[in-house]
Amino acid sequence: MFTFLGETMSRLIPLPIPAAIWGLILLLLALMLKIIEPEQIKETSRFLAALLPALFVAPTVGLMDQGKTLLPQLPAVILIVALSTVLTFGISGMITQKLRKGKQAESHE
Amino acid sequence: MSEFLSSSSFFAVTLTLLIWWGANLLQKKTGLVVLHPILISVIAIIAVLLVMGIPNSVYQEGMSHFSYLMTPATICLALPLYEQVKVLKKNLLAILLGVLCGTLTSLLVVGGLCLLFRLEPALTVSLLPKSITSAIGAPVAEAMGGISSVTVTVIIATGILGNVFAHVLCRIFRISDPIAQGAAIGTSAHVIGTTKAAQMGEIQGAVSSLSLVAAGVLTAFLMPLLSGIFI
Repeated sequence: MFTFLGETMSRLIPLPIPAAIWGLILLLLALMLKIIEPEQIKETSRFLAALLPALFVAPTVGLMDQGKTLLPQLPAVILIVALSTVLTFGISGMITQKLRKGKQAESHE
Repeated sequence: MSEFLSSSSFFAVTLTLLIWWGANLLQKKTGLVVLHPILISVIAIIAVLLVMGIPNSVYQEGMSHFSYLMTPATICLALPLYEQVKVLKKNLLAILLGVLCGTLTSLLVVGGLCLLFRLEPALTVSLLPKSITSAIGAPVAEAMGGISSVTVTVIIATGILGNVFAHVLCRIFRISDPIAQGAAIGTSAHVIGTTKAAQMGEIQGAVSSLSLVAAGVLTAFLMPLLSGIFI
């Protein structure tokens, strides 16, 4: 299982686009083309997925070195982050929901 | 003491995992969503490092092997995608249009507000990719002259926000359809939001994974085009 991940990743290294995204797309293709059976990666996948949020801790700790740059702008940054996240959430969700409802109404006619 | 600890490469990982475990326990015991384990862990680790006088660079070095797992862990999101591939194919257009509009909203709102607050161009560029996964966001921001650790921080803050308030936001915007919920979470709150979406349901999780990939790729293409307006 890990060999496969390693293999995929080494194939990805020469590409400038993030390895994680290429890897995700390649793994999905491999699953769809039945090169890999879902059972083969299920256990590893569950383990890593459970670990994923913990992996974000270390890069955020890096913030302690950026305190001076960020502090004076902090209120503005917080407002920007909060407002844009809420609006992005609302717009993308509502548009997908509208389009889905329209499609369902069509198929019912 | 601190010299011994910082020279041991297991110290950083052990510290992080212990605090992570404790933070999870704290949230479970109190049941408070605001006490997100990432938030609590980051505050606790910074406090420990400051008290013990260990610089961030030493900590990051100790964590480098552990942080290496980020790529395979993100790749593993392909599994839920595959398991829901039929649902995704049937609704691909609705999901992708939702993601496109959400991504444009994110870039325009962030850019517009940065302009309004007269933030420095470097900060604006660092904030623009805040809704996408750090695997794409950090290198994109850096390539355009942003500060990648600021980008990573706002990305994670955004993710926690989307994760913690996903239920509330779904109610406010009346998003009841599981596919639309997944699209909203994945577009606005990337991988951290997706862990919440996966808890809400298999469909939400899969759509959220797809949306975060689509939003990431779209942002990488649109950001260089749109950033000219804001800086």
